[in-house]
Amino acid sequence: MADAVLTSHPAAGVEPFGPRPRRVFSRRNIFLYGTLIMVSLYYLLPLYVMIVTSLKGMPEIRFGNVFAPPLEITFEPWVKAWSTACTGLNCEGLSRGFWNSVRITIPSVIVSIAIASINGYALANWRFKGANIFFTILIVGAFIPYQVMIYPIVIILREMGIYGTLTGLVLVHTIFGMPINTLLFRNYFASVPEELFKAARVDGAGFWGIYFRIMLPMSLPIFVVAMIIQVTGIWNDFLFGVVYTKPETYPMTVQLNNIVNSVQGVKEYNVNMAATLLTGLVPLIVYFISGKLFVRGIAAGAVKG
Amino acid sequence: MATETSKRPNTLFRNLNAKIASLPMIFTALVVFVGGTVWTVVYSFTNSRLLPRLQFVGLDQYERLWSTPRWLASIENLMIYGVLSLIFSLTIGFVLAALLDQKIRFESVFRTIILYPFALSFIVTGLVWQWLLNPDFGVQHFVRGLGWETFTFNPLYDQSIVIYGILIAALWQGTGLVMCLMLAGLRGIDEDIWKAARVDGIPMWKTYIFIVIPMMRPVFVTTLVIIASGIVRVYDLVVAQTSGGPGHASEVPAKYVYDYMFSAQNLGQGFAASTMMLLTVLIVVVPWAYLEFGGRNKRG
Amino acid sequence: MTSVLVKDLSLSFGAVEVLKKLNLDVQQGEFVVLLGPSGCGKSTLLNCIAGLLDVSTGQIFINGKNVTWEEPKDRGIGMVFQSYALYPQMTVEGNLSFGLKNARLPREEIAKRIARAAEILQIEPLLKRKPAALSGGQRQRVAIGRALVRDVDVFLFDEPLSNLDAKLRAELRVEIKRLHQQLANTMIYVTHDQIEAMTLADRIAVMRGGLIQQFDSPQAIYNKPVNRFVAGFIGSPGMNFLEGSIAAGPAFSADGVDVPLARYDFTATPVAGQKVSFGIRPEHVALNSGADWPFSARVKVDVVEPMGSDTLVWTKLGSHNLAVRVPTERMPASGDTVDIGFDPMRASIFDSGEGGRL
Repeated sequence: MADAVLTSHPAAGVEPFGPRPRRVFSRRNIFLYGTLIMVSLYYLLPLYVMIVTSLKGMPEIRFGNVFAPPLEITFEPWVKAWSTACTGLNCEGLSRGFWNSVRITIPSVIVSIAIASINGYALANWRFKGANIFFTILIVGAFIPYQVMIYPIVIILREMGIYGTLTGLVLVHTIFGMPINTLLFRNYFASVPEELFKAARVDGAGFWGIYFRIMLPMSLPIFVVAMIIQVTGIWNDFLFGVVYTKPETYPMTVQLNNIVNSVQGVKEYNVNMAATLLTGLVPLIVYFISGKLFVRGIAAGAVKG
Repeated sequence: MATETSKRPNTLFRNLNAKIASLPMIFTALVVFVGGTVWTVVYSFTNSRLLPRLQFVGLDQYERLWSTPRWLASIENLMIYGVLSLIFSLTIGFVLAALLDQKIRFESVFRTIILYPFALSFIVTGLVWQWLLNPDFGVQHFVRGLGWETFTFNPLYDQSIVIYGILIAALWQGTGLVMCLMLAGLRGIDEDIWKAARVDGIPMWKTYIFIVIPMMRPVFVTTLVIIASGIVRVYDLVVAQTSGGPGHASEVPAKYVYDYMFSAQNLGQGFAASTMMLLTVLIVVVPWAYLEFGGRNKRG
Repeated sequence: MTSVLVKDLSLSFGAVEVLKKLNLDVQQGEFVVLLGPSGCGKSTLLNCIAGLLDVSTGQIFINGKNVTWEEPKDRGIGMVFQSYALYPQMTVEGNLSFGLKNARLPREEIAKRIARAAEILQIEPLLKRKPAALSGGQRQRVAIGRALVRDVDVFLFDEPLSNLDAKLRAELRVEIKRLHQQLANTMIYVTHDQIEAMTLADRIAVMRGGLIQQFDSPQAIYNKPVNRFVAGFIGSPGMNFLEGSIAAGPAFSADGVDVPLARYDFTATPVAGQKVSFGIRPEHVALNSGADWPFSARVKVDVVEPMGSDTLVWTKLGSHNLAVRVPTERMPASGDTVDIGFDPMRASIFDSGEGGRL
């Protein structure tokens, strides 16, 4: 009887047995992956165009089309962009901007992260009266357009005698990196079990003892996240570089813009694209190496206090 | 009972180390953020030119500001750019996130590709798109080469549509971020919601629109605030892509402020314009902060 | 001799009063358990004793010394936490020695103390490992060890076994008891688990709403709860309550049930007509015993819940549900008619309004 019921199922030729059949090329999959691949191609296109343009000679650019791969690969534009491209009268190439950016980024990242992590630690574990007021101001301040504070900072730096110097720019990056990084560290330290902190206090460790001996060794991942935020943010900065440094110490972004958008001379698009790629290289490398941590870093911006 | 064995803690010196360590934060919050903002607002009522001077002229700077065609063009551009980039980046970002959330293969590859432009600076973004949109070599040239001889797509040299050219670049750079935030939001939704919807036979698109999106309200609000405060700041992108041209057709407020402060040597105008920017941001941020943090405090 | 003394301690967070003029007196070598539902202030009280929270008013003395304003490290306490709170980047040895190094003890002394603690807790083979490589039970042992090496008079435990599974919890419970017998330190132990409280404590302080309701031996708390809250909180399954009033005799009367109270040991004079709750524990009600009880009744079995060694039998006495605990081998079937009986001497009667014991 049971057999009869099983075999005489009217609708299906085959009895449903085991996993449901799944087609690789179902309509859903074609739509899903098709859309994603199209979107990916669109997002990759500018990078591709940058690369092929930078590897072509100028005649090929003039007569070919932007999407065509180079017929003859030449690295000359890269060499020129790095070492001889001109900004105004100066023809040292982007290398100067690169080294300036390195000199700006390294101390700025170190100082801003050191200060922000200590802020976050104090806020998460040593709440003193009024601490949250300052923190709220800091977070609200993150939304104030930089333009509002640019000039007062010029005055502060001038009074301190560091306007136009590297120190001044490091200070500016520390100030404007403080809200997001303080938030990041505060939230991270707040997620460390409070009992750990209590245990350390019972063990007689103080403010700095707990910071250096307990918290710091535990929070390497978040330091990496903060470093990613700061390295890309500071490297990509343009406004502060323009406002707070002199032409000799302009960061790479500012110099790049001056090279590409200079009105003098014949436009060398291949050199321009090589220069643009060179400038984008550092954050791109950071991005591709850091992967998931980068995502975590930008998501941290959205984490509410 | 005697208490002489204990040292009486002085309230000022309690947590002294924490207070000393917080001095940079206190300095930044009070002197730079509050002090700087107040300073700029106060000096926006003066006739400062090359150097700041405390010579008050009332609302003169604001009257001049609002009768300057360049400022009006900046505001108009900001409005168009702002509204469109909010709509497009939220929609595209959400759709992409929803696609990536379908338990697909190579998710991290797709995510990496869509997000990478966000790692690039606005200067790099602006210059790439300047090149792509170059009428003689870029997309227009390419399509004409395919046979459509009259095809015209030349935003960067056309006053009436230049702001859309900037929008394209901005969306390319920024939607990855929105997608990531949305994806995080989608991942935060209880799996059981999907199971329940599946058992109830609700189609996926309906589940998204009527159940998931309403549940993601906080994520949308936060994303909105982040995008909006970025929009008001837009500066580098315009400088790199068009330098505000052609004419003043792609000017934005942030650029207006910079130019008046550091090139035109008219500080008062710059301060007034930046105060207007501050006002714009406050209109967006204050209601959000009130809803987000004011409400939470009440709940304890 | 008093070891820990808490005097008129209050603590408020903003408008919320967590502890309300609380007093506690713990003797030298005593094992005191702070027991109560979550939010009753038991952990807060422990943190105040440890010095991890600042009190609003009141004083705390440890070994006769006023430590109200002292730092935790100067109070002569060791503390064990629910989440173990081991420093993840340090080895077991590093965890044990961290506090001693902070106190700048000589190296030989540190080594000596670690060796002793490791021996007592049998964690010698684990000393070079990191906490991540330990099981839950081993971690908690290390956490206890960290308190042990401090060589202090008072141990504070903040729900130390809550993160462990039932079997391990029972094992470590015995071990903590053994440790207490061996060391004879003062121990103050916070838990919401009444089994832990009953098995470990010399005295239990039952807390609710920032106040100690009753501070007494486990037996006294079980047999003579001072109010309805304590009676209901202690015991599992919980005490049966019948709502009714005092009748002449004295007797307890509630819709059709009359319990003579001649054998009940009143602590206050009952007034006829007074509204009261009559409480009797399920294990104090006998079922089909055949004996002659001061109170007995014939009832029908509603539901039977076998729990292994015991079975809980649900019946109705008047309109009230009544649970009876019987050995499983004498379990009736639902629908059976059975005889129940109990001695009012084992009951507890509380005023319906105030909830205090009569």
